[in-house]
Amino acid sequence: MRFGVIVFPGSNCDHDVYDVLKRHFDQEVNFLWHKNHTLEDSDAIILPGGFSYGDYLRTGAIAKFSPIMREIIQFAKSGRPVLGICNGFQILLECGLLPGAMLRNKSLRFVCRFVYLLVNNATSNFTRCCRTNQVLKIPIAHNEGNYYVDDRILGELEGNGQILLRFSDSGGATTDYANPNGSRNGIAGIMNGEGNVFGLMPHPERASEKLLGSDDGKVIFESLIESFS
Amino acid sequence: MPKAKVHVYLKEGILDPQGQAIRSILESMDFNEINEVRVGKTITLEFPSSVSVEQSTRQTEEICGKILVNPVIEDCHFEISPD
Repeated sequence: MRFGVIVFPGSNCDHDVYDVLKRHFDQEVNFLWHKNHTLEDSDAIILPGGFSYGDYLRTGAIAKFSPIMREIIQFAKSGRPVLGICNGFQILLECGLLPGAMLRNKSLRFVCRFVYLLVNNATSNFTRCCRTNQVLKIPIAHNEGNYYVDDRILGELEGNGQILLRFSDSGGATTDYANPNGSRNGIAGIMNGEGNVFGLMPHPERASEKLLGSDDGKVIFESLIESFS
Repeated sequence: MPKAKVHVYLKEGILDPQGQAIRSILESMDFNEINEVRVGKTITLEFPSSVSVEQSTRQTEEICGKILVNPVIEDCHFEISPD
């Protein structure tokens, strides 16, 4: 597959994503500058983590007006895969490809540590290589990961199996204690109704080799590649 | 020079952890009669004098809807001063 990794001013996980896809999965990867008006024939788009535009105004609020976002919205609407990680997830929310919004972490702290995630739906395009109820160990690093959505849409997300990952403890229990940011229903990652756009706060690219403390994140990229290639 | 002062704040019912933290500090300072603290932000837009108050009002409304406010979690109001 040909991956496009979008680079905004302030992106800082773009090289990590590039390295994982290239070195571990032997995929073709290109960086795409946010001012581009084309996705250069990409088969999949990744919006990486970081602090696009310094998180000014609201996280992702300014990035959504970058010229390349118009192309990405069209690309997503045509059913092709878009993965947003951390700040990439926040941008997907701001531009309306995924429902809801991010609030500041309940603790008012920037949280940067490994967490456990319960795979809530192991049949999606982004989690199909996971086992049912598998628990993944993947790090988070964010200040605004407190996912909020109203009751009606939350019900839809739950009912349609669009919640792919929830914060949990190492045994898979989704307790308040295991929720690092106050996110509704412990949501760590959601997919759109069509199943081709996925946003998640944890960083699977930072957990793609044992040397880094975990390689559980690989399963997300593996699932995407298997589903869309 | 019309000037718009836009106040953006979290919608009622949405948890405001910053406001809660300030409220608990106030309590520890013996300001016990405050029910709730909400934190927002103020954004000022300055228009050139060639733009009328009516035009600046319309533009401010549009700007709020397009970028300054995320309607999922935020509300806003603004006032325009003519100079």
